[in-house]
Amino acid sequence: MAREPVDRSALPALGPPPSFTFPGIHRHVLPNGLHVRTVEHTSVPVVTFVLQVEGGSGADPETQQGLASIVADMVDEGTGSLSAIDVSDALARIGGDYDVDTGADAISFSLTTLARFADRGADLLAGLLTRPSLRESDFARVRQLRIDRLRQMKDVAPAVAERAFLRLLYGRHPYGHTALGNEDGLRTLTLEQVSAFHAAMFRPSQSVLVVAGGLRHQELLAVGERAFGAWTGAVGAAAPPPPASAIAPEPTPRRIALVHREAAAQSELRIGHLAAGRRTPDYAPLLVMNAVLGGQFVSRINLKLREEKAYTYGARSGFDWKRGLAPFVLSTSVHTASTADAVADAAAEIEAIRGSRPVTERELAHAKAALTRGYPSGFETAAQVARAVSQLALYDLPDSYFSDFVSTVTAVTADDVTRVAANYLDPARLIALVVGDAAVVTESLHGLSFGEPQLLAVQM
Amino acid sequence: MSREAAPAIDLPYTKRTLDNGLDVIVHEAHHVPIVAVNLWYHVGSKNEQPGRTGFAHLFEHLMFEGSANHDSGYFAPLQAAGGQLNGSTNTDRTNYWEVVPTNAVDLALWMESDRMAYLLPALTRERFETQRDVVLNERRQNYENRPYGLAMMAVVAALYPPDHPYHWMTIGSADDIKAMEFEDVREFFRTYYRPANASLVLAGDIATSRAFELADRYFGDIPAGVRPAPVSATAALDGERRLVLEDRVELPRLYFGWHTPAMFEPGDAELDLAADLLANGKTARLYQTLVYERRVALDVSAAQQSRELAGFFVLAVTAAPGASLTDLAAAVDEEIGRLEAGGPTAAEMERAEAQAEAQFVYHLQTVGGFGGKSDQLNAYNVMRGDPGFFTRDLDRYRLATREGVRAAAQRHLDPGRRVVLSVVPRGRAADALPGSVPVSVS
Repeated sequence: MAREPVDRSALPALGPPPSFTFPGIHRHVLPNGLHVRTVEHTSVPVVTFVLQVEGGSGADPETQQGLASIVADMVDEGTGSLSAIDVSDALARIGGDYDVDTGADAISFSLTTLARFADRGADLLAGLLTRPSLRESDFARVRQLRIDRLRQMKDVAPAVAERAFLRLLYGRHPYGHTALGNEDGLRTLTLEQVSAFHAAMFRPSQSVLVVAGGLRHQELLAVGERAFGAWTGAVGAAAPPPPASAIAPEPTPRRIALVHREAAAQSELRIGHLAAGRRTPDYAPLLVMNAVLGGQFVSRINLKLREEKAYTYGARSGFDWKRGLAPFVLSTSVHTASTADAVADAAAEIEAIRGSRPVTERELAHAKAALTRGYPSGFETAAQVARAVSQLALYDLPDSYFSDFVSTVTAVTADDVTRVAANYLDPARLIALVVGDAAVVTESLHGLSFGEPQLLAVQM
Repeated sequence: MSREAAPAIDLPYTKRTLDNGLDVIVHEAHHVPIVAVNLWYHVGSKNEQPGRTGFAHLFEHLMFEGSANHDSGYFAPLQAAGGQLNGSTNTDRTNYWEVVPTNAVDLALWMESDRMAYLLPALTRERFETQRDVVLNERRQNYENRPYGLAMMAVVAALYPPDHPYHWMTIGSADDIKAMEFEDVREFFRTYYRPANASLVLAGDIATSRAFELADRYFGDIPAGVRPAPVSATAALDGERRLVLEDRVELPRLYFGWHTPAMFEPGDAELDLAADLLANGKTARLYQTLVYERRVALDVSAAQQSRELAGFFVLAVTAAPGASLTDLAAAVDEEIGRLEAGGPTAAEMERAEAQAEAQFVYHLQTVGGFGGKSDQLNAYNVMRGDPGFFTRDLDRYRLATREGVRAAAQRHLDPGRRVVLSVVPRGRAADALPGSVPVSVS
């Protein structure tokens, strides 16, 4: 058979973009006030449930940091006559893939199971979330494991950096700690506080259930209703605290901080500042700006730090979105000898995109294409779809969000990108954190325009 | 749950081999308008020599830097088309993949074939040296600067003799990476990056006939090359080797390592099941004993590391503050002894079967990326010569028996022939198991 020769003088042109119909979302409200969203997703016979409860680590009282997360961890320690081990066994018997994510604004529980076990999975999930045993002996063990885990994390440079940087960004704001909390807070937590948090926060009227999978909408809804329809929430529980998103963080000046790590092979870096909430009208231009600056492999920062300078295995930036004010953060880990140069180069890129070296048409086209052309690939599995829909619920975004996404991003102009870079990125507020060998790097950091490096202790 | 009630779990495909020896496998899935391109080269760190370790992985980095007809980075055009791409190297193979919208299949195949056919003209000394430094940073980030990050290097170095290709980890030694020569790249490419040593899968929203036509158009003209001779090597332990490694860690951890059967060989699936029932998840025996009841361990995990030449079974347990490694080792020995005497319970086997079935179904959800359907088809084709091994693979788990698991544990998890590594905080070598010999890894 004659083979058509390949023209290697240029990359092949792309054909017309394929069409894709994004999943339709049906909304329902059960008589108990629980909002349910169903999505049909039929490629493989599985079902994913996501139950999202308002109030994540941002709802932790200041002296009880880690509370939301430990509550989230306690619910699968038993329900009814089932012990923690029995719960795990029951999940395994339906091939269940159970996961918990304690975010800043909400806790998400997800369970994926084979479609033929949908009812068993939903029943089990409802039992755990609405009627957890919350036993003292389980609490003591879970709390101790967390304290030990925190101790271990002292040696994990990215974990040390994440904790210290949140504190630098937010100070004592409720967003200023990781979900895991700190050792002092964990040691004083009580089971009563766990029970009170559960009673106040785990209520049908403050939760959303997403069910996505290989059944029809009515069946998906029926599965959810059979399991969660009788849920009432605790009677007479305290009112939830005001949401963290409503509280304004204190302003912070430009500075650099250092956490010492003896003989570290690399310096873990974080550079950024608070920038915007997820519902900002500039979300799309900020996404495009970040893609150009540091959000992808071919971004300015990664090409500079990795491909040109070989300081690092990789560097990425992004917005750690929240309902309230969220940070823009550049994260990387660089060879110790290159620490100050890497901070300077990264800060220079952040500065430049604000106007002195504005986004080029080529960069703009690339970033928009990268964000939009592959967008359907994020809707391959029931779990991806369910999580995406739960995000819409978290940020109160319209059901048309997915189908509007491509045109919204495509409409972003170079002027938009420069405008949001200038408005949302502020060198005067840039905070840099180095977790590395202070003996080697401190002097070089003085030469940067961030002022005197401030030495921080490892706080766990 | 009855076995009969379970729906068929299948991964259909069509396979052809081009004249130059390149295997092409196609799987259609039209749910989302994307196509996965997945290319395996049957080369990994097992093909390296002592003193030259880490080369296969460094080479993988160079494959993203450009080829003769696209003489710049590979990320830009593919990401601009909405594609994702990556690659990875292990002991046995190197894989490269793209997941692209259906209108960019030509682009992905053009680029994959261009670097297979015409990599060398674009490969400069400068690109080589930059990626060598990037890899050194990858090593610092993922191994040197990470707690317990060097432990597995010590375990495999003790399990396998110095001339065995599994003696070193794929990342290689830092000294070897620093000493790599640009000139070695050409020979490596010409030896291993040939159609006859590769396997291509196209999976997703594409007609089978068109997929074969495109594969032939882009790859059919590339000279076949010679399929490299298979690597063979053997290793055995004649006793227990106790080692201690001081590391920047808060809590001591024990690693146990045993020689076990190679990937897909008899006993491989049974040991995978044994790993789960001993150590993975809250229902696991060691979790219940050490973490849940006695609270002397922070975590416990185990895995049958299935590889082409030979497997090894690794079990790790982290001590809770104040717990002694000697006590933990005794508890591990006791549980393994119990498994070897009585085997799993019927309930444990039922649970394992349900989990295996679900895992195989979940693996059918994505066409591309690491572990997606295209990657699985290539794994079965390269390691078994049979892309259709999926259902037989699942049967290995469905049909495993209590006695089979018991016998595999008894045969392979021998307390008298194993490596036991104590990883302890710096300055606390005395916390290691008695008789442990210090090792240094860097």
